[in-house]
Amino acid sequence: MSTFDFLLQGLASAMMPMNLLYALIGVTLGTLVGVLPGIGPATTVALLLPVTYQLDATGSLIMFAGIYYGGMYGGSTTSILLNTPGESASIVTALEGNKMARAGRGGPALATAAIGSFVAGLIATLALAFVAPLVVKIALSFGPRENFALMVLAFITVSSAFGNSALRGLTSLFIGLALSLVGIDQLTGQNRLSFGVPDLLDGIEVTTMAVAMFAIGETLFIAAQGAQAPDKIEAIKGSVWMTANDWSRSWKAWLRGTVIGFPIGAMPAGGAEIGTFLSYATEKKLTKHPEEFGNGAIEGVAGPEAANNASAAGTLVPLLTLGLPTSATAAIMLAGFQQYGLQPGPLLFATNPQLVWGLIASLLIANLMLLILNLPLVGLWVKLLTIPKPWLYAGILVFATLGTIGANPSVFELGMLLVFGLVAYVMRVMDFPIAPVIVGLILGPLAEQHLRRALAISQGDITTLFQSPIAAVLLALAAIALILPLILRLRGRGNVLTQMAASED
Amino acid sequence: MKHFFLASILASAIALPAAAADYSIMAPAAPGGGWDQTARTMQTALQTEKISSKVQVMNVPGAGGTIGIAQFASQQKGNPNQLMVGGYVMVGAILTNKSPVTLKDVTPIARLTGEYEVIVVPAASEIKTVADLVAKLKANPGSVSWGGGSAGGTDHILVGLLAKAGGVDPTKINYIAFSGGGEALAAILGGQVTAGVSSYGEFEGQIKAGTLRVLAISSDKKVEGISAPTLKESGYDVVLQNWRMVAAAPGLSAEQKAAVTADVEKLAKSKTWQDNLKTKGWIDTYLSGPEFEAQLAKDIASTETILKDIGLVK
Repeated sequence: MSTFDFLLQGLASAMMPMNLLYALIGVTLGTLVGVLPGIGPATTVALLLPVTYQLDATGSLIMFAGIYYGGMYGGSTTSILLNTPGESASIVTALEGNKMARAGRGGPALATAAIGSFVAGLIATLALAFVAPLVVKIALSFGPRENFALMVLAFITVSSAFGNSALRGLTSLFIGLALSLVGIDQLTGQNRLSFGVPDLLDGIEVTTMAVAMFAIGETLFIAAQGAQAPDKIEAIKGSVWMTANDWSRSWKAWLRGTVIGFPIGAMPAGGAEIGTFLSYATEKKLTKHPEEFGNGAIEGVAGPEAANNASAAGTLVPLLTLGLPTSATAAIMLAGFQQYGLQPGPLLFATNPQLVWGLIASLLIANLMLLILNLPLVGLWVKLLTIPKPWLYAGILVFATLGTIGANPSVFELGMLLVFGLVAYVMRVMDFPIAPVIVGLILGPLAEQHLRRALAISQGDITTLFQSPIAAVLLALAAIALILPLILRLRGRGNVLTQMAASED
Repeated sequence: MKHFFLASILASAIALPAAAADYSIMAPAAPGGGWDQTARTMQTALQTEKISSKVQVMNVPGAGGTIGIAQFASQQKGNPNQLMVGGYVMVGAILTNKSPVTLKDVTPIARLTGEYEVIVVPAASEIKTVADLVAKLKANPGSVSWGGGSAGGTDHILVGLLAKAGGVDPTKINYIAFSGGGEALAAILGGQVTAGVSSYGEFEGQIKAGTLRVLAISSDKKVEGISAPTLKESGYDVVLQNWRMVAAAPGLSAEQKAAVTADVEKLAKSKTWQDNLKTKGWIDTYLSGPEFEAQLAKDIASTETILKDIGLVK
């Protein structure tokens, strides 16, 4: 049978009424658990995996796919509405999405996230079906030095995309980098900056940090303003649906996000959130409405959400073709597959074609089911913001705390949540951007480890970093991204100044 | 609105450990890894075999299990319903992290499963045997880069033991730690490192597909279905097994300990458990009572020696 026949057969069995019901149950459960702040798709899938054990192989795969997509979408919903990202990949979504929600455009933000996820999931799943063996070949050529070059590129493009002041953005980034050093050094097993506190041995948890920085910091900021605060939250302004303008601004971002997210997800070095960072940076560069970035630009939600979903499908490439789980969610999926008798690896497509294509078909169905379930619910979700402010923020505080304890039951973790919440409050008051802290925390260790691995392999020879063609090209791109704006600014300064002078009157 | 609260209540009910559980198993690692899978397989088997009516799994990730064991020892004292999964990696992590809480502060019950380690090279590599690899290592220890899991873990220890057995200074080995066998696999397949070390299961698919060549396995005797010689047969006296165990809380009475041990024995002998071992490729290494305690003490002592030799523990 050809690839296409297998896929059709898989789709046909996934379309049976009973299986559609399982998909619906999976998506619903996944969304319900996924909306808890601090609980990302990995935890959602781990919590709900036993539910699927009762079914036959096809049924459980379908429900599983539903839970997975539901958990991801649930996480985006709370990121947008409550500014409490449940995992590192939805941090960027919170950035613009929450601004939109507070300007009364929560409906379009949720809709563009849902449709963008669907479009990206659809394209990426099809790409998974047809080009997986090719993609994995390219991904394998990324060793430590190539990955390091990619991180350098990410640092440079991303740090310029956040905030309006480069100095403030870099300050935030370095706070994140400093925090990322805490814990056991992965390459030598030695402790760094843990001050004898065992809870710090494993470093600072990114999700705890994200919830603290976004949700707790925000709540403190609002509370500190008291009654004088301008009531900025407008639950619904205009339509809850996307306007023609929203559509025309979203679709290109969805496609670009997919193109960025899928290959990065397929890289065996992990870090699926890098795709969302790069997508955000790209959208900010290409947009016709740069003034809206930071104030709720729809592209800033559409692109990263698409990139997130595409990279989730991308992580299935190394998982199915090499048996390599590159993210926490993928590792749990691996455990799930084993339960259904699937042994991911290079022989999987040959030995178990029915199950593989069944899974891919299930992902397509779950993706569609998610859209059907969630679009009508958008109106309901945004009503969440009509809750009076004191209740709403009290609720956010409760759920952020619950989510953190649920994921990591420890008093110290709770203390960190509050301390970094306070830090975020101070940063907000002093007008420092928050997101670069998280970016530094995520990218810092990756960049460091890849650099040190590359140097260890070459026994300290620095030129190794430029000797691979891929690494050289990526570093050259990074250099261009750094230098070009400087040159343009120097050459354009005269023009801009004249324009400013001219528009003075 | 209603949905949101309903969801939250539902989710928090699942997320927080229920008080009425017969057994609560702590996996001192993030969801997805070996300990988490062991805990969740135990959960399934205990429930299916009706040994326990309700079993909860709780993850306390971090630092090779040392965070989990510290929490377990201090919070569950005298609680006969609490279990914790652990293993060889925890022995190494306790030593490298200088953890104040050790396996002496909990009640080890039984060893359950094990996995052997294999040493592999990409199929295209010119290295055909362990002897070739050790010869290269002797000529220039730095030129052989080893890809494996976290520093001080089982993979790293095996490389140290092999170097020592081959007459090479173990502090000179160029071990490249990855966050797990999986990430190391990508580096091995991509030809970024000379050789790879991990449990057989991590490489099984690639070995069967012919993209990786096994040079040797760390078992005592040849393993059925694996064509490679043991390290012993290759002339290096090294045997290493990455085992996993289950422990109960500290401060149990003799009767309580006996009851837990009996339940774990029932689990280990049950059909569900045995079936799961087969699907997961785990070896049944069930050992309990004084024999297990003696073996544990031996493993801890030998691990300390090799970690000192590698230079990770002073």
